[in-house]
Amino acid sequence: MHIDWASLATVAVVAAAAALTIVLLISFAVVAVSRPERRAGGPDGGEASVTHTGVGTAIAALCVLAAGFIVCYGLYLIIA
Amino acid sequence: MDVSLIVVVVVITALVFDFTNGFHDTANAMATSIATGALRPKAAVAIAGCLNLVGAFLSVQVAKTISGGLVDERLITPVVIFAGLVGAIMWNLTTWYVGLPSSSSHALFGGLIGATWVAGGAGAIHFNTVLNKVVLPAVLSPVVAALIAVTVTYLSLRITRRAEPGVVSRGFKLSQAVSGSMVALAHGTNDAQKTMGVITLTLITAGTLPAGSGPPFWVVVAAGLAIGLGTYVGGWRIIRTLGRRVSDIRPVQGFSADTTSAAVILSSTHLGLPLSTTQVCTGSIFGAGAGRRVAAVHWGVAGRIALAWSFTLPSAAIVGAAASWLAATGTVGVIVVAVTGIAMAAGIYGASRRNPVTADNVNDDPTAPTTDLDLAA
Repeated sequence: MHIDWASLATVAVVAAAAALTIVLLISFAVVAVSRPERRAGGPDGGEASVTHTGVGTAIAALCVLAAGFIVCYGLYLIIA
Repeated sequence: MDVSLIVVVVVITALVFDFTNGFHDTANAMATSIATGALRPKAAVAIAGCLNLVGAFLSVQVAKTISGGLVDERLITPVVIFAGLVGAIMWNLTTWYVGLPSSSSHALFGGLIGATWVAGGAGAIHFNTVLNKVVLPAVLSPVVAALIAVTVTYLSLRITRRAEPGVVSRGFKLSQAVSGSMVALAHGTNDAQKTMGVITLTLITAGTLPAGSGPPFWVVVAAGLAIGLGTYVGGWRIIRTLGRRVSDIRPVQGFSADTTSAAVILSSTHLGLPLSTTQVCTGSIFGAGAGRRVAAVHWGVAGRIALAWSFTLPSAAIVGAAASWLAATGTVGVIVVAVTGIAMAAGIYGASRRNPVTADNVNDDPTAPTTDLDLAA
């Protein structure tokens, strides 16, 4: 009986790395565009809040772009 | 029996199998998207149906053997293929009726094993290959998928725990539509190929095509349309089981499950280790459920699904063997098998209408019985 344990381990590692990377990238993107839960009676934010939103959107865009590249590679694997 | 007649019968039966494969496996890609509300039920099955159709055209690298070396290929004749397909269709319909996901590939392998056993005896079955290619992957692949999904879901929930719930929900629902679509596309590429392989091999064995031929264009179109239509019809009973009765799936979990499934299926296909789409997706959904709270998963459903998986190969083999024995007697035997199969399929469909599951009630309260088996009892 021959079991291809090496291929199985490779599949597990590659799949885990890909899934982990994509899901974490999207999670960071979601966090980046989301304002943290405001504490009751906390400061309003003002100009700092606007800056935070801009930086957050940029980080989110980068994360989504990176995840998009991985998805495109997946599409390439399907087609190729 | 007239060669051209049995070829026509096999082609039709293969397309029926492809159709059942489609509606049986809609849940793999879209169950969680429907459960979380990322996509409306009708829109989800329409997208999955289209992507399955597209997937059928993306690659025509048909497997050289439809049995994957599980049986002695020299004994595979159109009659054996027909009997094997009947066994696979019957198993697909039965598991659909009770709302349990099971591998269509394994059902096809089971049907072929049973049919070949009758045609050539036990010596025609390569049991070592069965163990390596069917039994071990069936045990290991859902476990691997579940472990990855648990980890991914847990980390994702930890990262987003302080973010705005509305943004989290919207973000993951949007992402889930993409990841679910990837699973649907991968499914179309893999599973439509299977039927193309069956039809092409039948045409080759009947002498209609020269040996080593690829699938004719009409075969690609017919197989793509059959699996796409089957997916669009939507196996709502299995969608309900995976989407609502495994756990209370949230968008984060749905996205994690779909992404894990797509990653495992694509990497295994690319590395030449074909795994069952159904088993990978089911494992991912259970893992994603456990990633939030282990106790929130209905482990009884997991037990029933595991039981169905253990019966897939032998059940389809028994039906395939019986069909092969009857069909081998000649034209009358083939007709008897076909009529019996149609009658049984009609009976299962009729029984399902007493408790219909549709796009309208697929997301109903999961506190009801955990599978349709309970309802049928």
